[in-house]
Amino acid sequence: MVKLVEAPEGLEGQGFFATSLDKVIGMARANSLWPLPFATSCCGIEFMATMASNYDLARFGSERLSFSPRQADLLMVMGTIAKKMGPVLKQVYDQMAEPKWVISVGACASSGGIFDTYSVLQGIDRIIPVDVYVPGCPPRPEQIIEGVLKIQELARNESLRRRNSDEYKKMLESYHIQTS
Amino acid sequence: MAIDNAFAKQSIQEHFGSDLLGHEEPFGLLTIEINPEKLIDIVGWLYNHPELKMTYLTDLCAVHYPEQSGREIAVVYHLHSLPNNLRVRLKAFLPVAGGHIASLTGIFSGANWMERETFDFYGVQFDGHPQLKRILNMDEMDYHPLLKQYALEDETREDKDDRFFGR
Repeated sequence: MVKLVEAPEGLEGQGFFATSLDKVIGMARANSLWPLPFATSCCGIEFMATMASNYDLARFGSERLSFSPRQADLLMVMGTIAKKMGPVLKQVYDQMAEPKWVISVGACASSGGIFDTYSVLQGIDRIIPVDVYVPGCPPRPEQIIEGVLKIQELARNESLRRRNSDEYKKMLESYHIQTS
Repeated sequence: MAIDNAFAKQSIQEHFGSDLLGHEEPFGLLTIEINPEKLIDIVGWLYNHPELKMTYLTDLCAVHYPEQSGREIAVVYHLHSLPNNLRVRLKAFLPVAGGHIASLTGIFSGANWMERETFDFYGVQFDGHPQLKRILNMDEMDYHPLLKQYALEDETREDKDDRFFGR
């Protein structure tokens, strides 16, 4: 059975339907997020289960994984990020086009986890902004799906002007990310 | 005569004498402390020995003993004789971190990355190494992290209350 997304609130009459552009674009973005998996360890294995038929992230419109950052909407960081890997992750984030979201899956990506050591980045939010954190070591696929649904909620309700706002630019600058 | 620990020890002792500074056999592994300046001579001699044939470098690493002043860094070499299935461990002590020792890359090409790793983590300078630079840690790192004076934990983490971690 094909399940369609419900239309946003709006005025409906015979032969017309009126709503705001924000809501239509939000709906379209939220239901066609292209994730870029940045999987470095066991959380990545859970993500593989999430994408496979049992949990099937494709049900939520994220069928198409993008292995090029330039075509991705959602950066999913899953696993321990060593400090040496930090610049690579940041470059991947830089290369993504706006609008972009970041989800940090698991204890290591969120805080360094058990790896409280000189060689491991103590949370990816030290180098890139994060929208949703998924706790767990590793989290179950249901939790990863919950995280993606939270991202969908953000995408659905985001104002079209947000990415042009001074607040957003300041936030990026606080991470030393160049804004054009 | 069987080619065993006793034979290997005797051969080295006869040939190098005073450059052999001590020996022991923990868990049956012949361990010899050598004069660091004679490292190349001894390893090359073991490599070319017609009977011992120590032609395989299993491992190369260092250990930091901060309490032993004057012999703080031990550089450890594990050699293996494949035809005899005999192993020898050589230890060379350097006085301080940043000490110099000859590179084994002329004898074993495989020593290249192992020496880079040892330099990366302990700061041992391998003279004659073709490209002695960091291999595992990030290039910007300005210390050698496995020297005991540096903390293992990441110093920048703020959410950890020392009381809960026994420190």
